[in-house]
Amino acid sequence: MATGSGSEGTIKIAIASGKGGTGKTLISTNLAWVAREDDPRVVYLDCDVEEPNGHLFLKGEVERSRVVNRLVPEINNERCDGCSICSDFCAFNALATLKESTLVFPELCHSCGGCALVCPNDAIVEVEHPVGTVRMRKVGELATIDGIVNIGVSSVTPVIQAVKQSIPAGSIALLDASPGTACPAVETLKDCDFVLLITEPTPFGLNDFQLSVELLRELKVPFAAMINRVGVGDNRVHDYCQSEGIQVLAELPNDRRIAEVYSRGELITEGLPEYRAVFERLYAMLLDRCPQNGMAMEKSNGTM
Amino acid sequence: MKLAFSTGGTTPDAPLDPRFGRASAFLVLDLETKEFDLIDNGQSVGAAQGAGIQAAQRLVRADVKGLVTGHCGPKAFQVLNSAGIDVYYSNAGTIREALEDFENGKLSLSSGADVRGHWS
Repeated sequence: MATGSGSEGTIKIAIASGKGGTGKTLISTNLAWVAREDDPRVVYLDCDVEEPNGHLFLKGEVERSRVVNRLVPEINNERCDGCSICSDFCAFNALATLKESTLVFPELCHSCGGCALVCPNDAIVEVEHPVGTVRMRKVGELATIDGIVNIGVSSVTPVIQAVKQSIPAGSIALLDASPGTACPAVETLKDCDFVLLITEPTPFGLNDFQLSVELLRELKVPFAAMINRVGVGDNRVHDYCQSEGIQVLAELPNDRRIAEVYSRGELITEGLPEYRAVFERLYAMLLDRCPQNGMAMEKSNGTM
Repeated sequence: MKLAFSTGGTTPDAPLDPRFGRASAFLVLDLETKEFDLIDNGQSVGAAQGAGIQAAQRLVRADVKGLVTGHCGPKAFQVLNSAGIDVYYSNAGTIREALEDFENGKLSLSSGADVRGHWS
């Protein structure tokens, strides 16, 4: 599905990982914070809409918000004859046909619209149903956008789409993805210009990193790695990156002070300024890997 | 009247499955003729979501009027209730014991779900 954000020089760089807890939020919030100081195009997006937590570190009042709706079926029970074609069709069990009526469970619906198409009695129309909220904040000069899905909603991708559609044209969006390789991660990563995969040098880190690598190769999105907590485990992640030709753009050491600053809800680029340079270099390397950036720069140079 | 029991077995001596939506089958007993049938619920056992909703529709189609099970979640209960199927909770070990309790009036008609979804 096309998003509204593919326009005019917008660049999307996602920070993702197969394994939860490897440091996506640590790295994406600090990266956005440092990058914004030199580049006014930077915005931070929290696409982990089931559990957005970037705002714990990039703190600011919500300035604007909007409700995200999704289409779900509504049954005209005067026309429904209980044929059960719709509920048999629904792969998500969001419809239950009784003798001469049909019940809808909107929170299970994935908005495919199939039920309305297959109904032989024209008894189904699609209506809007709220599934979550997109929230915009300003943290100093940095604009942040996140989404939060309503409790009980099983399909989170419409909220992720809405977050991505809120990217202002011409931005460089840094997207904090949800962990894993399932639908929420795919929805976040599929049309990105570049992905930074965060991993850690542990057996779990390696296993889930390999799954992410397979996913990104399937999606044909270019990517590189960043290894967090270096020193905690072994060399297998490094060895794997080398054997697969995956560039490691940056590393963070297994430094207890990072965990302490993070656990207080602070940015390490503020609490431990010696790490600022890591993020400044990282941002420059990421931009270099987005071909559109070169085009955008040429364009802006041409009009100056 | 037809009464359904959630079970993993195939006879009245089989254990009563405490789960409704993800029980592998329902034994449906005709209280007048004492004959019984089995409804396969295997498709719902592995359903990603909505197992109880799907299972409840099977009972609706089988013209069941009552259900004896261990527990029932809110969505399944809504379907059963809308279809006029009475729900009785029982912690009996076997279908036969649950049936005896039902016939002796020891099971009371429930007025709602007794567990949240995905409880088991």
